[in-house]
Parts: sequence; C-alpha cells; structure tokens
Amino acid sequence: MSDSKKNHQGLDPDVTEKLQRQAAELAESVNAGDYGRAMSLINDLSEVKDQSLYREVGRLTRSLHEAIRNFQIDPRNAEQKEALSKMTDASDRLEYVVQMTAQAANRTMDLVEESMPMAHAMRDEAAALRQEWQRLRRREMQPDEFRDLYARIDTFFSKLTGDADTLYGNLSEILLAQDFQDLTGQVIQKVTTLVKEVEEHLLSLVVMASHVDQLTGTVHQLDDKSVSAEEGVGPQIRTEERDDVVSGQDDVDDLLSSLGF
Amino acid sequence: MKILIVDDFSTMRRIIKNLLRDLGFSNTDEADDGNTALPMLKSGKYDFLITDWNMPGMSGFDLLKAVRADENLKNLPVLMVTAEAKRDQIVAAAQAGVNGYVVKPFTAAVLKEKIEKIFERIQ
Repeated sequence: MSDSKKNHQGLDPDVTEKLQRQAAELAESVNAGDYGRAMSLINDLSEVKDQSLYREVGRLTRSLHEAIRNFQIDPRNAEQKEALSKMTDASDRLEYVVQMTAQAANRTMDLVEESMPMAHAMRDEAAALRQEWQRLRRREMQPDEFRDLYARIDTFFSKLTGDADTLYGNLSEILLAQDFQDLTGQVIQKVTTLVKEVEEHLLSLVVMASHVDQLTGTVHQLDDKSVSAEEGVGPQIRTEERDDVVSGQDDVDDLLSSLGF
Repeated sequence: MKILIVDDFSTMRRIIKNLLRDLGFSNTDEADDGNTALPMLKSGKYDFLITDWNMPGMSGFDLLKAVRADENLKNLPVLMVTAEAKRDQIVAAAQAGVNGYVVKPFTAAVLKEKIEKIFERIQ
C-alpha cells in the first residue's frame, strides 16, 4: 500500500515526461514531413497510455487481492472456526449476519411469548385474590369460603415462586440471546473495512481513468439516473441532516396531514 | 376482523402479529411479499391489510396499487409499515390510496394509534 498514493493525483512523472518528449518529437516529425516517423510515434504514444493504465490496473488488482486475503475474523471455538472458514466472501458473511440476527430475534420472541401469558396469569390471580382478601377484611366471608381462600393463597404462593423462577430464567436467556452482537459486529466491521478499501482502490482507478480520458480527449455521455418514488430504497441514515426524508413518525404525520389526511 | 400481515422478514411479521394480539386482533395471516399476498386477498377473507414496502418479488407499493385497481378490494383498508422514509415516497403512497403510514422503527403505541384511526374513519 505504500506506493498506492503515488498515482492518485496523476500519472507517473516518468510517463508524463515520456509523453511530453514524444509529443514534441511528433510535432517535429510532422513539421519536417516525416509521416512514417510520426505514425510510429503515435503508436508509441498510445502504447504509453495503455501500459500505464495496465500497470495501474495490475497494482490495484494486487492491492485488492491483498485486501481480500487479509479479510479474516477471529473465531471463538471450533464450531465457529469451521463455519467461518467455509465463508470465503463478504456476501456469505453478511448472510451469516442475517441468520444470526434472525436466530436471536426468534429466540427472544419465543421467550417473550412464553413469558407474557405467565405475567398475565400472575396479575389476574393476584387481582382475584386481593378482592377475596378484602372481603375477608370486611368480615364478609363464610368459614368454608375462608378455607377455600386459604388453600388458594397457598397454591398461588407456590406457583408464584415457580413462575418467578421461570420468568427470571427466560429474562437471562433473552440477555444471552444478544451475544450475536459480538460476532455480527466483528463481521460487519470487517466487511466495512473491505468496502472502504475497495472504494479507495476504485476511486484511484476512476482518477486514473479520468487522466487517461484527459490525455485521449475522450468525453463520456453520462445519463442522469433518477430513482422513482415508487421504488423501495430501504432505511435512511442521517435523517436529521436531510430535507428529502422524514426523521420519524411525527414528520410522517405532519406530511400526511398537510396532504389532507 | 381478519388481518393480513405482509413483510419479507419473519421477525417483523411476528412482532406485528404479537402487537395486534395485544390490541385484541388475534385472527391474522402472514405473507412474505405481494405475489403471495394478492391471491390471499382475492380470496376475499380479509378486512385489513398491513404491508411492508420494500420486498423481493412484488413490493408493497405495487400490492397497494393492485388492491386499489381490484373492484372487490378497492375499499380494503391498507396500513403501510415500512422503513421507506423519503418524503416523495410517502406522498406517492398517499396518492396511491394508502390509509395509514407507519415508519420503522415504530412503537406499539404508534401502531395502535394508526390502526384505531383507520377504523374510526371507516365506521
């Protein structure tokens, strides 16, 4: 990577020097009427252009290979090591992130769905018992009703102990289900680094190509590509800094009410 | 009241399904994109549609247009629950006839408010 900055701003100095020398020679040959020499110089000139582009492409390819080869993550156990060694490219890794997050979300929702009815049942039974208890305090209760209540309270206490333990267990499992963040975080950071490196290399290739275009006088016709409002683009980031996106539900509501909703 | 939930991510469908159950709507079905949802809707059993926008296959926006273009479905209430947050998209959805728009991430309270608002307007 140490020599990678060299060409970011332009061609190699020796290439430009060669071009200047050959261009001057070309002008001389044309003026002198030596068209054979001129044609061969034009060929040389185009070869210099091609060679320096090929050299740059070769260098970029090597850097890219290097970046991809260095694209490794630290597995924590044999199972993960095997899982990770099978993944050779970034899209596999991102797919792994999707799977891990989905797995964690489903595990969490399993536990939540198991816990919610338990919490409901606790509340309902506690509310019912409280009503009975108040009847007892107001001395409205018959002795056999009191015996029923006595047994019911006993059952409630023992069930409460068990249910509270289950709830606590579910909550700590929910806590553990968040451990995906560690692994997916590593994977995403590696992919981000790779994307940044690729972007840098592509940028230098574009800069290189633009210099070649300047030399050859090539002008590209670029079409404006606008995205239709009907096309989904996914979540937006940095919404606070942008005017074309809403920053939350309040913004959506304001926009819709301005449309007469 | 039967509700169809359309989202390509099963976790999001499950979250919406749970929130709806807390609101008292336990009769729900799920579909993972517009292509799966449309035939289900055409069977005529649904009273309410909750759809994501960005899905592979048929998007929620195209599903909305297909629903509005169908003689039997054109009055079906549609709530969009989506991460799409560009102003021109929200305007386009409104023009296509969406009944409510919830932007992700959302809260249970927001979903409840929008659903109730839609039902109020229908009744």
